[in-house]
Amino acid sequence: MRRGTPWVWLNAGAVAISIVMVIGLLILLTVRGMSHFWPRDVMQANYAPPTSTGELLSTQVIGEFVESEIVVAAQIASSGIPVDETQDFYERQLLKLGNRDLTGADFTWALSDFVTDVEYPAQIVAMERREWGNFYGFLESIRENGEPIVLQDDALEVEANRWLEFNLRLERALNIRDDIYVIENQEIGLINYAMERLRLRERRLELDGDESPEAAAEIAASREELDTEYAILQTQLITLYETVNRDSAIFLAANGQEIEIAFADIVRAYKPNQMGLFSKLLTYFSKLGEFMTAEPREANTEGGIFPAIFGTVMMVMLMSVFVTPFGVVAAVYLREYARQGFVTRAIRIAVNNLAGVPSIVYGVFGLGFFIYIVGAEIDQMFYPEALPAPTFGTPGLLWASLTLALLTVPVVIVATEEGLARIPRSVREGSLALGATKFETLWRVVLPMASPAMMTGLILAVARAAGEVAPLMLVGVVKLAPSLPLDGNYPYLHLEQKFMHLGFHIYDVGFQSPNIEAARPLVFATALLLVIVIAGLNLTAVALRNHLREKYKALDV
Amino acid sequence: MNDMSSEQVKEAPSPTRKVDVSAVLGDKTKTGGETLSSCIDIENLNLFYSKDKQALIDINLTIPKQRVTAFIGPSGCGKSSLLRCFNRMNDLVDDCVIEGLVSLDGSDIYQKSIDVADLRRRVGMVFQKPNPFPKSIYENVAYGLRIQGINSKRVLDEAVEKSLKAAALWDEVKDRLHDSALGMSGGQQQRLVIARTIAVEPEVLLLDEPASALDPISTLKIEELINELKTDYTIVIVTHNMQQAARVSDFTAFMYMGNMVEFDSTNSIFTNPRQKQTEDYITGRYG
Repeated sequence: MRRGTPWVWLNAGAVAISIVMVIGLLILLTVRGMSHFWPRDVMQANYAPPTSTGELLSTQVIGEFVESEIVVAAQIASSGIPVDETQDFYERQLLKLGNRDLTGADFTWALSDFVTDVEYPAQIVAMERREWGNFYGFLESIRENGEPIVLQDDALEVEANRWLEFNLRLERALNIRDDIYVIENQEIGLINYAMERLRLRERRLELDGDESPEAAAEIAASREELDTEYAILQTQLITLYETVNRDSAIFLAANGQEIEIAFADIVRAYKPNQMGLFSKLLTYFSKLGEFMTAEPREANTEGGIFPAIFGTVMMVMLMSVFVTPFGVVAAVYLREYARQGFVTRAIRIAVNNLAGVPSIVYGVFGLGFFIYIVGAEIDQMFYPEALPAPTFGTPGLLWASLTLALLTVPVVIVATEEGLARIPRSVREGSLALGATKFETLWRVVLPMASPAMMTGLILAVARAAGEVAPLMLVGVVKLAPSLPLDGNYPYLHLEQKFMHLGFHIYDVGFQSPNIEAARPLVFATALLLVIVIAGLNLTAVALRNHLREKYKALDV
Repeated sequence: MNDMSSEQVKEAPSPTRKVDVSAVLGDKTKTGGETLSSCIDIENLNLFYSKDKQALIDINLTIPKQRVTAFIGPSGCGKSSLLRCFNRMNDLVDDCVIEGLVSLDGSDIYQKSIDVADLRRRVGMVFQKPNPFPKSIYENVAYGLRIQGINSKRVLDEAVEKSLKAAALWDEVKDRLHDSALGMSGGQQQRLVIARTIAVEPEVLLLDEPASALDPISTLKIEELINELKTDYTIVIVTHNMQQAARVSDFTAFMYMGNMVEFDSTNSIFTNPRQKQTEDYITGRYG
């Protein structure tokens, strides 16, 4: 007892619980999020639940098994299904049936007891589409310009041949799709951007009263040029759309319905039941890659989250750029120059308390001050030509970064002050004794030695800012903003743009989504990614700090 | 006993008030009859750390040029406080008040027009614990020059080599000039600090117990170094080691509780002290 054994055990226990919680969190996120991208086998079964009228209502279902759970019989009964009185619990399973365009919902709960004849036919095709979510069914035939194409009817090989032909045509369609994407989003985007700049220039001239016939003519000429370019692209687009819409395929859905799907609408198609482990892995990583590099589709429930990753990283970096110099300068003044007394103490207390203000309050402040006052003023002064459409007088990246910088500046100030306080007096005196002024001493010796502490402050600031969502909803984050704030159009970094954010994306997908079952795995995957992004940002800062520490390691005093 | 002796000191007209340096020199040291000029003159210096805490009481002293002057005395007697008056290091202490006159080469260093940074360049200081900057050896020595705006590599290289040689460190570090200074031993660090200080070519070197944190061998090296440097610099050394004072200094001042008890050539102080207090301290009768 005197050795404090229980105390040691208590400490170890607390550490162990923390570790278990962190690891558990990561495991949960990984399992629930990452398994979503695995191309699961698709089953075909017969589902015949009992009905209140007693008649047998048997349906064919094709779909992926997602999960199963045990429910009490009363719950089943209350949903109108007659249950066996002797059975207290029923097992039910969640099936992803896809085919939302045909059946209205792509998930269904089925009571396991009534799912019979489960089999996994090799020929089932699973397909991701640009609209209506997944499709599961059998490939019947392929059409070109509406006419079915005839493949060599070697009875044994017919399925394989058809699948081969399907994949060839799909690849063609995907390539054309890529071209269309480039034209629509990049080239036409560029022209639109140039057009907008022309319009603003014209308006500017008008406002300044500098309208001269030469300038007007020049603008008209450039506009005409752009119009021609646009017309050319337009015709290119029309041709591309015609070619991409050439092919379509007829599929047979689970309920026996035939449906024609254009190749242009297909993102990915595979036959999961006949895939080996290797090809499944390939598909898995291709889906994962799409998730991380593509734009979202279908109200954020499909596709990727790249704009959100980019927006988060971009905002945190901008925030760091704002918060570090500001916090460091403030801390240097407080610690080195200000007379230590009642006022400095009061300021220090105020700064510490700022760190405890709820973040949404900062959001409101950002909206009220940065956007409505500063932003509106900037618009009046520098962007009058765009009015009444606001440029900076509306939520955007700059204001979000500044708001978060304000939110995190106390952390940087406190950490830097502590770092400055730890610099031994003897080193400062050594510098002063050599004829250095106070400023030279600060600049050449003290600040470099305190830089690891500043990095610590920055690490804490980044950790807090990257996970913050509430204030961002007021000052710049939106549900969907596929265009990145950094692009090839002058001035390259668009500080006034709205952006996407992983934290908000989680909220949006998890709680605002029209398709909850489809979105749920994405919530976990996005959460995992957010954790990884924050950890990545932090580790970068930690590595930088360790490097600085090694360089300016404190003296043994 | 302590109270009594301090009373005595306060009442008795101190014989150190007007030390005639040349006279002292003439019969006690062997410098071959060359006349000594004064470097730092201190007149009626009082130092208060706060209203009721007086650290130096009415000090009068003349530090001779190009000689080694040692300050000895028990801890807290004001040796370091006095030393730090010579380069105005006490300015850094809040609420520190200094009265009296301290002049370097005849001009008052506490007058308003004095540039403190320039004064500190002229009066270099080495502290009790080695305090190299967390930079390379080279950058440590070049620091003072860079502060003065000298960035020419040729000039810096020359100055670094010269200073390191003067501090008897060159041979040990010439192959690792760009390694961190923090990797050196304590004795080397202290010599590096001395090299750093003499790189800016000061007139006076203040050494505040420079060897107290070092082992005997490093201490010996520092003492040898002081002997070599005294031809070019006026050196003032604070030490609580009397043997060290006897070994390295030409003049010795004994301080006790803020008072300058006795100042004379080192020989006289150690062989023939005029004050009983000095004798007691030297013979180890107090603590």
